[in-house]
Amino acid sequence: MTARATAASAPTPDALPKVRADLLPLLLVPALALLALPLVGSLPTWVTLTVAGLAMGLIIFIIASGLTLVFGLMDILNFGHGVFIALGAFLATTVLGGMADWTASQNVFANLVAIFAAMVVAMAAAGAVGMAFERVIIRPVYGQHLKQILITMGGMIVGEELIKAIWGPQSIPLPLPAALRGSVLIGDAAIEKYRIVAVVVGLAIFALIFWVLNRTKVGLLIRAGVQDREMVEALGYRIRRLFVGVFVAGSALAGIGGVLWGLFQQNVIPQIGAQVNILIFIVIIIGGLGSAGGSFVGALLVGLLANYTGFLAPKVALFSNILLMVLVLLWRPQGLYPVAKR
Amino acid sequence: MSTALLELEGVHTHIGAYHILHGVDLEVPRGQLTVLLGRNGAGKTTTLRTIMGLWRASRGRVVFDGTDIAAHATPDVAQRGIAYVPENMGIFSDLTVEENMTLAARGARNAGEIDRARLEWIFGLFPAMKKFWLHPAGLLSGGQKQMLAVARAITEPRKLLLVDEPTKGLAPAIIQNMIAAFRELKSTDTTILLVEQNFNFARQLGDSVAVMDNGRIVHSGAMAELASDESLQQRLLGLSLAAHQ
Repeated sequence: MTARATAASAPTPDALPKVRADLLPLLLVPALALLALPLVGSLPTWVTLTVAGLAMGLIIFIIASGLTLVFGLMDILNFGHGVFIALGAFLATTVLGGMADWTASQNVFANLVAIFAAMVVAMAAAGAVGMAFERVIIRPVYGQHLKQILITMGGMIVGEELIKAIWGPQSIPLPLPAALRGSVLIGDAAIEKYRIVAVVVGLAIFALIFWVLNRTKVGLLIRAGVQDREMVEALGYRIRRLFVGVFVAGSALAGIGGVLWGLFQQNVIPQIGAQVNILIFIVIIIGGLGSAGGSFVGALLVGLLANYTGFLAPKVALFSNILLMVLVLLWRPQGLYPVAKR
Repeated sequence: MSTALLELEGVHTHIGAYHILHGVDLEVPRGQLTVLLGRNGAGKTTTLRTIMGLWRASRGRVVFDGTDIAAHATPDVAQRGIAYVPENMGIFSDLTVEENMTLAARGARNAGEIDRARLEWIFGLFPAMKKFWLHPAGLLSGGQKQMLAVARAITEPRKLLLVDEPTKGLAPAIIQNMIAAFRELKSTDTTILLVEQNFNFARQLGDSVAVMDNGRIVHSGAMAELASDESLQQRLLGLSLAAHQ
């Protein structure tokens, strides 16, 4: 094989437009935090609210990341995602209840082991249910958005009823493990211990998702499939298998998110998934449908705004996230980080 | 074994309620570049998409290397050794040139595992690919994107290359670049089926030619024969070569 110089003789434009990372949406997060500082007025309170907002945002991101990739890959609108969150939260009540010795211990390590065990069980169960959900509910309605909305909402209702049948219709308390209750003082700022755990777990999962998407062949296929699944198939890859894998992984992540969210609320009800569903859809719309990076920024914005407005103007907090979504879409109608589609 | 690497026998394709291909019979000889000509809407793109399994043939046979692949799924068709460059180039704009190429090398987990000699050969054909290796493909010019689309299709050795209108919207200088690249590909005995509307481009490259109209092949033969017969061009394509030079 010898390359000939003929092709090389054709003119090649010297310069491309400069590669510039679009950091503006990312800068919204510190901008929002700094904007809130004078409004909150007290630095310790601001620190407390900011950490709480970041923790909430990271948990929402864990739940939303799978959903946005599922939409990006196969144009699937899954309104039943909440059932995996609810499943994770209820399994946490069972697992942590069964590990009462570990959760009652004042040893932080023992507490973390109990939470980790709950996360593993929730991840496995939600992943398995996700696989069945995809096979039975999603697959028959590929490419039919209206039917997807109806049947996935129906799937969530059925899931909720099954949860009621197993765990009962009443709310179940999900107290924090003993050593994770209360706050630590950093200066004058009181930061709840569990929120620190949630931030650390959230960042670790974000780093893992980021690594898979950007450093592995599977991640490359997911990013390519989100843009043009037909071309990925024409290159010889089975996009359906990839989609099933992403759906199962997304369900498993929602299960983990359910554990973290349940502990965040310290109370679990069968409708917990449906409640979080609204926040998740706001996040993935703000972020740009199909964009994991966008949903990360969107989730942090939603988490921070919910905490700041909850403190400053509780009545505004009820619709602050809708307002945020409207403002973002007025600025960038395709979301913060729109995915380039075919 | 037949000298044809690909044979379409009485292929019909429906897209929804529309009947697009009406019994296409086409032979693509092994080691040659076959050009598929025809006006807009004649069914050229549908023919390529049907071969790739992106649209399913409702009737007829698509025989590739001795096997009927008409009912095969697109990934299976690709894995049998057919590469496809669609009309819209199918570039992943958010990915870099490197990532686009890595995807095309199915056995490679990362760019470092792409066959180095082959990569250098491709860089020789399309130097812009080396220069802009780490740039997002979405920032490339139209011509560079087309080069990337072809480069991606040949990242691994393939038995057959399906290319849909590679000169569409390109500047004359870039078209010359593409002609040089396809000549180099021909010299490696790669079999190519090229859909084209630019007859001058097609004439310079084609060994054989097929002309489509209304979802059927209305002429097939040697390119030299069509290129030298203006009345045939007038009849089949409504053009004279002189007008294109």
